[in-house]
Amino acid sequence: MLYACLVVIMLFFAVQAIREKRLIMSAVWLAGVSAVLSVLLYLMDAYRVAVIELSVGAGLVTVLFVFAINISGEEAIAARSLLPRPVSWGLVILSVVLLGWFILHLESPANAPQADDAQFTASLWEQRGLDVLVQIVLIFAGTLGLLGLLAEAKAPLEYSVAKAVTAERDRELQTLQDTAQSNEGAEGENS
Amino acid sequence: MSSDELNIVLIGVLGLLGLGFYGLLALRNLVKLVIALQILVKAAILGLVVAGNAGDNIGLSQSLAVTVIVADTVVAVIALALVVQIRRRVGTMDVRDLAQLQG
Repeated sequence: MLYACLVVIMLFFAVQAIREKRLIMSAVWLAGVSAVLSVLLYLMDAYRVAVIELSVGAGLVTVLFVFAINISGEEAIAARSLLPRPVSWGLVILSVVLLGWFILHLESPANAPQADDAQFTASLWEQRGLDVLVQIVLIFAGTLGLLGLLAEAKAPLEYSVAKAVTAERDRELQTLQDTAQSNEGAEGENS
Repeated sequence: MSSDELNIVLIGVLGLLGLGFYGLLALRNLVKLVIALQILVKAAILGLVVAGNAGDNIGLSQSLAVTVIVADTVVAVIALALVVQIRRRVGTMDVRDLAQLQG
């Protein structure tokens, strides 16, 4: 019963995150999905992942979303989608039914698994060493990618170059005006 | 975890997957697309942990789920940075407008 309630709440939050018109509310609903998901993970004995999901999924990612939405601003876009609605619903239902057909026949083992910290630690650090390496590389790649993307925003081409070009043009105009004035002055003296 | 509870959580995985797919197909706002991608990945995390719980190998499933969470966060960071840049340069977050850009 507890699982059913949690799953229903999680799906409701996810539907709201998709349906919500305001982006910032959509991000908050997504954080709700993360929070309920972490409770579910905790109930399934995955304590470490529950903590990480709660802190990263509901915390860090939500902060990132709010930050990005604040920078870029809300933009109301009419609800018409690229694909016709029946086509997208058909594709979704087809994929969900196919997946459900395959996974809903799983059998639960008679004895519940014992959550073991040593099992997780050994699995992560000893057997899945390559995964940890890939995670480190991913984090560095993400940081570098972010720096590359946002560093350009500090000195955007359009603004700095536009300012430089305008200043150059003003300077040239000023020089032209000065020469024109000096020519006029010379002509006045001659006459 | 009984068989009924397992099936209920699996239905939750399917629901999240369906919602994520629908969001990716139907939405036009770039930020909403990233949110739909996040929902899809949450379904994947839940599926991994359910499989580990049912298969009595929760340690392995947790380590895989941690990898997925890290990769997903990096993807979200890069995608949001791209969205901010697109909004600054092009002035829109509508996918349809972006599809009509000509290089």
